[in-house]
Amino acid sequence: MNKPNKAIITFISAIALTFGITAANAADTIVLGSAISLTGKYATNGEHTQRGYDLAVKVINDKGGVKVGGKKYNLAIKYYDDESNASKAASLAQRLIEQDKVKYMLGPYGSGITIAVAPVTEKFGVPMVEANGAARSLFTKGYKYLFAVLNSADQYLSSAVDLAADVNQKAGKKPSSLKVAMAFEQDAFSLDVKIGVMERIKHHGMKIVIDDALPKELNDMTATLQKVKALKPDLLIISGHSKGAMTGIKQITDLKVDVPLIAMTHCDAASINTKLGKGNGDYVLCGSQWHKSLSYKDSYFGSASDYAKLFEKTYKYDPPYQAAESSAALLVFKDAFERANSLDQKKVRDALAKTDMMTFYGGIKFNAGGQNTSKPMVMFQVQNGENAVVAPVKWAQAKLIWPAPKWADRK
Amino acid sequence: MILLDAPFLNLQALLDGLMVGAIFAFVAYGMALVWGVMNIINIVQGEFVILGGYITFAFFKMGFSPFVGIPFSFLFLFCLGFLIYRTIIFRVVDKDMFISILATFGISIVIQQIMNIAFGSQVETANSGLGTSFLFDGNITLSHIKIFSFIVCLLGAASVIYFMKTSKLGRAIRATAQNARAARILGVDTEKVYCYTYSINAGICGLAGSLVAMTYTLHPYIGLPYTVRSFMIVIVAGLGNFPAVLLSGLGLGTIEEFSAYTLGQEYRIGFVFLLLVLILVYRSRVLAKKREYLK
Repeated sequence: MNKPNKAIITFISAIALTFGITAANAADTIVLGSAISLTGKYATNGEHTQRGYDLAVKVINDKGGVKVGGKKYNLAIKYYDDESNASKAASLAQRLIEQDKVKYMLGPYGSGITIAVAPVTEKFGVPMVEANGAARSLFTKGYKYLFAVLNSADQYLSSAVDLAADVNQKAGKKPSSLKVAMAFEQDAFSLDVKIGVMERIKHHGMKIVIDDALPKELNDMTATLQKVKALKPDLLIISGHSKGAMTGIKQITDLKVDVPLIAMTHCDAASINTKLGKGNGDYVLCGSQWHKSLSYKDSYFGSASDYAKLFEKTYKYDPPYQAAESSAALLVFKDAFERANSLDQKKVRDALAKTDMMTFYGGIKFNAGGQNTSKPMVMFQVQNGENAVVAPVKWAQAKLIWPAPKWADRK
Repeated sequence: MILLDAPFLNLQALLDGLMVGAIFAFVAYGMALVWGVMNIINIVQGEFVILGGYITFAFFKMGFSPFVGIPFSFLFLFCLGFLIYRTIIFRVVDKDMFISILATFGISIVIQQIMNIAFGSQVETANSGLGTSFLFDGNITLSHIKIFSFIVCLLGAASVIYFMKTSKLGRAIRATAQNARAARILGVDTEKVYCYTYSINAGICGLAGSLVAMTYTLHPYIGLPYTVRSFMIVIVAGLGNFPAVLLSGLGLGTIEEFSAYTLGQEYRIGFVFLLLVLILVYRSRVLAKKREYLK
């Protein structure tokens, strides 16, 4: 009689442990839910996101948890794997809310999947703080329960255009005489990046000489780059997630394409500064949500560099911004729970809307659409294999190297 | 039209197209082989290529030159092909084509996920460290790794043809392709022939993959375009016509490159499909006429 009982108990507690919830302390735990890409094509970034969440949960719990109504609560997260599939993520979100009775959600990874999940959380009135959905359309639908800690996609590279105008102006070249080459993937994210870039290009009156669309299954962009070689633009902008950055740099190196300034997204996620051999990723300008050298601070993680150290110690690699913004999402939730002083979803939502705080990730303050308006994007330039922040000037640690030396003169 | 304004770009596009086409042609060789001999459309082709690329990348990551990885990519994929044949493919060889498509499609999903777990979903590339040549005052750019891939693919294709023509196994493979039943009656161990055909195909893909890893970029989900292109090349060339496969592969690469220059990268594959439809329509017209004539 005894043996099977023991086995059952072990089994049940094993399950309970796996999900981070034990029956004994369920009462004083706030469970957040998230469908996240642990397998499939977003698995790497999904993992960064999950680690960011987990690290923040651990730090918050270690530092006394969340105090609501004089009672101490621990945070826990219930995850499901959405297999990098948007419709799967939406149904898992519904399952988290309906079956698992999760009352608060954390965002999935990526704009496309966040777009699919947002209507679900909105319908059930479940507050969701997301850290990895940057598409503009998330903030124009009038969602009341969606809050994003990151900058929207249209801000990713718009300051690169300004920067190019600025340095050329100083060198005595009119911004309106500049030629721009662009290559954008045709997905929600990159097209939003393009909207922001186009707006700045129009503002400066620059001329677009190449406007290529990159395919989803990109691993060769020779044609675009050969055109760039022939037309010699002053600025080249590429946005196609990690594969755009990686393929771009790889072939720019192989074909020795000389452009005074190249701007991209996802350079840090693709680690172009190290993966392609020393020096090959140099002088590329990258739009990023966050960088560890920034001087932002909070009382949980300390400064941005403290966060980087803690993350590095725990997971043995430098935190990409995807992890940092995910950790920030939990700080936002914690802050809102305590200000609402209640676990009522409506009250927490109202508290979230009034968020105005500083974190290691940057300032966080939401507008009516749930978009963070307090933090600017940063631009870093790969210099000597290191990512050095060059803009905004207030936090810059390095000066922009412009124009990039010609390939023939390197080394 | 940029191609009219800068005439050098035409030559550039032609060269780039031929060099990328050689890899397509080589992969299509393998597909034509398996299709012709076993009557199986091997959907897992592209995944074999990418896996081959990852083997080379693994060597690169361990600090070796990626060139060291080339034979290992071939060998590893050859063995994997052997294993997959012995466990799965032999069950579907004589079955309906639909079943073999489903089976290989299933294997492709499994391989994708295994690559994702083993190597991560990150984009990778194995840097060859070879240089770049400039011709005509720098108007034409050729990266050496592309030239290297081109030569390896042509050599590979030539040795496959040579192997088919001269070796005993090659003859057995050709005999089986012509008439499996007759070959069996004459003492050819068709089971063995199938097995080696499939393994050779996987090896070819592995070799092509290691070139892809050095010339382009890899991630676990980029395999399908390679399958689709091989399919297209084989359809255009016709089964069992190896020289035509080579030509059609090179042609496809060139056409793709030109369409990428004029229409933009995004329409590369779209244009290929358009072409496929046109060629199929043309072929069925011509064949229909021939049939009428026979009546």
